[in-house]
Amino acid sequence: MLGSIIAIIVYLFVVTFLGYLGFKHTKTSADYLVGGRQIHPMIMALSYGATFISTSAIVGFGGAAGTLGMGLLWLTVLNILFGIFIAFVVFGKRTRRMGHNLDAHTFPELLGNRFNSKFIQGFAGVVIFLFMPIYTAAVLKGGADFIQTHFGISYEVSLLFFAAVVAVYVWMGGMKGVMYTDAFQGAIMFIGMAFLIIFVYNKLGGVSSAHEQLTELYNKPEIQEQTAGLIKGGFRGWTSMPASGSPIWWSLVTTIVMGVGIGVLAQPPLVVRFMTVKSNRELNRAVVSGGVFILMMTGVAFVVGSLSNVLFFNETGKVAILAAGGNDKIIPMFIKQFVPSWFGVIFFLALIAAAMSTLSSQFHSMGTAVGRDVYEKALGKKGNSIFITRTGILLAILLSVILAYLANKLDSSMQIIATGTALFFGLCAASFLPGYIAALYVKKISTKAVIIGMITGFVIGVIWIFFIHEKEASSLQLCMALFNKTSIVKDTAMAKLALVDPIVVALPASAIVTFIGALTTKNTLSENHLDKCFKGI
Amino acid sequence: MFGIHDIWIILAYVLCILSAILCVVYGIVNWNKGADLEPNELAEESDWSKNESEIEDKL
Repeated sequence: MLGSIIAIIVYLFVVTFLGYLGFKHTKTSADYLVGGRQIHPMIMALSYGATFISTSAIVGFGGAAGTLGMGLLWLTVLNILFGIFIAFVVFGKRTRRMGHNLDAHTFPELLGNRFNSKFIQGFAGVVIFLFMPIYTAAVLKGGADFIQTHFGISYEVSLLFFAAVVAVYVWMGGMKGVMYTDAFQGAIMFIGMAFLIIFVYNKLGGVSSAHEQLTELYNKPEIQEQTAGLIKGGFRGWTSMPASGSPIWWSLVTTIVMGVGIGVLAQPPLVVRFMTVKSNRELNRAVVSGGVFILMMTGVAFVVGSLSNVLFFNETGKVAILAAGGNDKIIPMFIKQFVPSWFGVIFFLALIAAAMSTLSSQFHSMGTAVGRDVYEKALGKKGNSIFITRTGILLAILLSVILAYLANKLDSSMQIIATGTALFFGLCAASFLPGYIAALYVKKISTKAVIIGMITGFVIGVIWIFFIHEKEASSLQLCMALFNKTSIVKDTAMAKLALVDPIVVALPASAIVTFIGALTTKNTLSENHLDKCFKGI
Repeated sequence: MFGIHDIWIILAYVLCILSAILCVVYGIVNWNKGADLEPNELAEESDWSKNESEIEDKL
């Protein structure tokens, strides 16, 4: 324990020092420009990766792979193809140019300025401020689960400790995007995961041998007994996809793979990242590191999460979820039990670093959503924006900690972190993605079409989350309170809909309504405005 | 292949690596492209950065 505490103190010291160095070098906007151009691509690369990946991906989704198997690798495929390649190559360059043309500094501001609509900016700001704490809570829970297992203390104490470290980090200026700090965190994460995959494959006798053991494990009678509940839901082993159309298949394919894989395209911190890069060259270079980094983070977490079943079984006679005592405890317990303790400390730091860099970009998004998008722009007020922004961040931290506390009361066999993350990603995609694509690519689309599309996606998404998709509706309990069942379609002819993730319905609905709106309403934005938006594109 | 028998899992495993390779190849081919900014872009970017610093100060 002493080693871990010393490591955290050293880590916080280095982060502070790098933050100080970063600010010293970027005092004026001219310095900022020059500084940005001289930064080594590797530093830039690691800093991108650090903000994308968090404890949610490693602990939450890694745990989900421990329960559901290697089908999660489809999420890695989508994360790299959509979250990196399409996002950077297709959306990134236009977003950056348009953001600078319109002096936009947040995602809601980009949409609001593009369509000359305070409503769009305010609406997007409110959605982000109200729902992002669910994602933040998922990241906090991932950190707290790891601390709980690593130090053997209660979840509540771990959460408080982690929240305190986060508060210190935010207070030290951790929200201000300092490239060196993020790069340092990214480097720790990369080293940690690289060691982990080598260690696990080596321990199980190589790549093919490890997978073969995992395939064979499922055929053992005692394993069939332990996973009987999962098998009933469509589970067919960790190296097979679940049975098509089964509850587990719907959960894996629509919630985990599609919800997060597609939802990443409309993530506010990612859009801001595009605007902060100095030129398209940096975006091109970031594609290299982004692709490799995501593979090393999520790919490794999902493979190790799945393979943990073999090691847990050999040691305890139980599958990972039973041996660890819950889906979200699989990765923390695996690290504690099977890797050398010196590496446990490094991995602990890697996770803290992953959480910190992501949390800082989340608090940045929520703070600017309430202070700039809603208060200054949508409501047109001035004067107290610093107070409003900081109070907003404080509220967001408190709300996230409360949600992370409550999340631990849910059924531990659920993929709580992964579901919370997917909920926010899916809602963002349904509300913003059609409008965001239209903003970048459809010059003559009307503001009305985008507004009705956004509202449709959001309203259907929220109704689906609270009343239809049983996995979320049952946890949120509003449906139970009002209708006395876990989903309003339960025990009806439409019961299958309770398995379908909101993104499958809300995103197409939003896209169709935006499309119909584009055909039936007239663009009222001036030519001058549109020329300004698309200058240089 | 790789000790996995389900074609969909093999496909995911291979596509993960191939898509990362696609990113590496694209990035290397375009490594130095897109660096030059027009003088007006430079001025715009400078203004944008200045405003960004002001926003960060409020956080």
